[in-house]
Amino acid sequence: MRFSSAGLLAVAAALLASCATPQRDYLPDALSLMQRDFHARGIAGLDRLNEDSVQAACNKAQDNPPQELAAKLEKEQFSAIKWPTDGKLLGDWKAGERIAQNGQGMAWNDKGGVGGSCYNCHQVGPRESSFGTVGPSLYQFAKKRGYGADIQRYAYGKIYNAKAYNLCSQMPRFGHVRALTEQQMKDLTALLMDPASPVNQ
Amino acid sequence: MADPMKIRATLQGEVADVRVLMAHPMETGQRKDAAGKIVPMHFIQAITAQLNGKTVFAADVSQSVSRNPVFAFKVKGAKAGDKLSITWQDNKGDKRTDEVVIGAAI
Amino acid sequence: MLGLAAAVCAVPWQQAAAQAADPTAAEFDKFREIMEQDNPAELFEVKGEELWRARRGPKNAPLEQCDLGLGAGVVKGAYAQLPRYFADVDRVMDAEARIVHCMITLQGFKYEELAKQPFSSLVRTPEPVSLVTYVAAQSRGMKIAAPQNHPKELATYETGKAIFHYRAGAFDFSCASCHGADDKRIRTQPLPNFTKPEQAIRAVQGWPGYRMTGGVMHSLQWRMNDCFRQQRFPEPGYATETISALLAYLTVNANGHVYRGPGIKR
Repeated sequence: MRFSSAGLLAVAAALLASCATPQRDYLPDALSLMQRDFHARGIAGLDRLNEDSVQAACNKAQDNPPQELAAKLEKEQFSAIKWPTDGKLLGDWKAGERIAQNGQGMAWNDKGGVGGSCYNCHQVGPRESSFGTVGPSLYQFAKKRGYGADIQRYAYGKIYNAKAYNLCSQMPRFGHVRALTEQQMKDLTALLMDPASPVNQ
Repeated sequence: MADPMKIRATLQGEVADVRVLMAHPMETGQRKDAAGKIVPMHFIQAITAQLNGKTVFAADVSQSVSRNPVFAFKVKGAKAGDKLSITWQDNKGDKRTDEVVIGAAI
Repeated sequence: MLGLAAAVCAVPWQQAAAQAADPTAAEFDKFREIMEQDNPAELFEVKGEELWRARRGPKNAPLEQCDLGLGAGVVKGAYAQLPRYFADVDRVMDAEARIVHCMITLQGFKYEELAKQPFSSLVRTPEPVSLVTYVAAQSRGMKIAAPQNHPKELATYETGKAIFHYRAGAFDFSCASCHGADDKRIRTQPLPNFTKPEQAIRAVQGWPGYRMTGGVMHSLQWRMNDCFRQQRFPEPGYATETISALLAYLTVNANGHVYRGPGIKR
């Protein structure tokens, strides 16, 4: 048999490409194992194992979905955001700080709702040194971006549904899954946006 | 009988460096259980150590000592082959004795 | 051609471990070494050995003939080579799942009894926890070498990897949400990147571990359970295949590193 050098290169490339991803998709195996082995507990039902459109898209593409699909789903998520009917987005930043500190809620040993667990992943106020780095620092959030209505809307919207802005963000969709109430989200928005908030000093 | 201790005795010259791990809940009598009831006091009150049958260490212990405590002390005049035995007694009258043979110096 | 494919597809996760040159990590290692000198986990090792040899259960039998993968009754080195495939159950099992299996088959215990309250509390340490602590201690100082020979061992690794990356639950979290990137922390707790060999060791080292907060002994079955809780998932079954698969993924990623035995935690 004879091989051209171009032919050999093509074969080598094909072999390497087939090694870059597993031989087959193991997600179906993983899903059937999980469906069989998990059970509901407390408020955490088995339905939580089911992917919604966002999770499915992110799981399928390892958090890197095609541009067009991402844009479409982000738009869908955005249109489902419930904005406060009174048009006011700022609540009480002092209450917001307490909500940001509270990491409870939504787990099987919990109730629904409770806190935003913001400090788990973010720096927020200047006086709390026990903050996580999974997400970017939110210190001086409005000081850096401006205090206008458009930034207020961006902050509220992100808290309500971070996936509306970045489809495969690791940030939970607090409003969308009712982990936070409208008032709590207003209070968190104030924590980030109020000129008097320690975040903006 | 209560759970076993873990005793480690290493010779440095004629001094034995003794470290004892004890399994004990060491309840202070101040903790409340899940139902809100006070968990009664249950802690080691006395520890003694004997080298070849002779008491070389005795301690009165209060409930301030933590759960599964470690006790460390040194004993002079120890030799390889000596029997070191540790006994504890708690406020409920429960007792435990464990023994090791001191190994040669490393 | 097939031979060439096999050579080119050689397992890429067997990389040389690079030591992290991080001064904070070095200080924590020193602290951990001091704490590990008199680790109360040793009390559970001793208890576990007692349980291994004791006649217990409806069959009034010891666990001494349990095959942990290296032959009936061979405990030394077994933990470092788990999870692995077992022909008698035709699946991959992690250490604790295998111990539970032996408690059922050799001693006559029922899975439902053992799964009822499988995790340590302030007042009770379940037998499998002491047993897995004893078994783990017998691999102290040995290199982790979870096998990847049997087709089911290879498939279980991949399934575990898929579970690790599966985003779901109320918060859209996967294991990778916290453990899939470098240099992240949750509050002040560092989050190792378990997808990388040099960091995956931190998933395995220190477990089973004695938790000073509350003075309880916890194994990897507990740790996986508690992760899913924090991920806002429903609850995984105790000692199930899902957990074995996840542990296979983490352990194989850590292969080559030395296991220092049961650890101690805040």
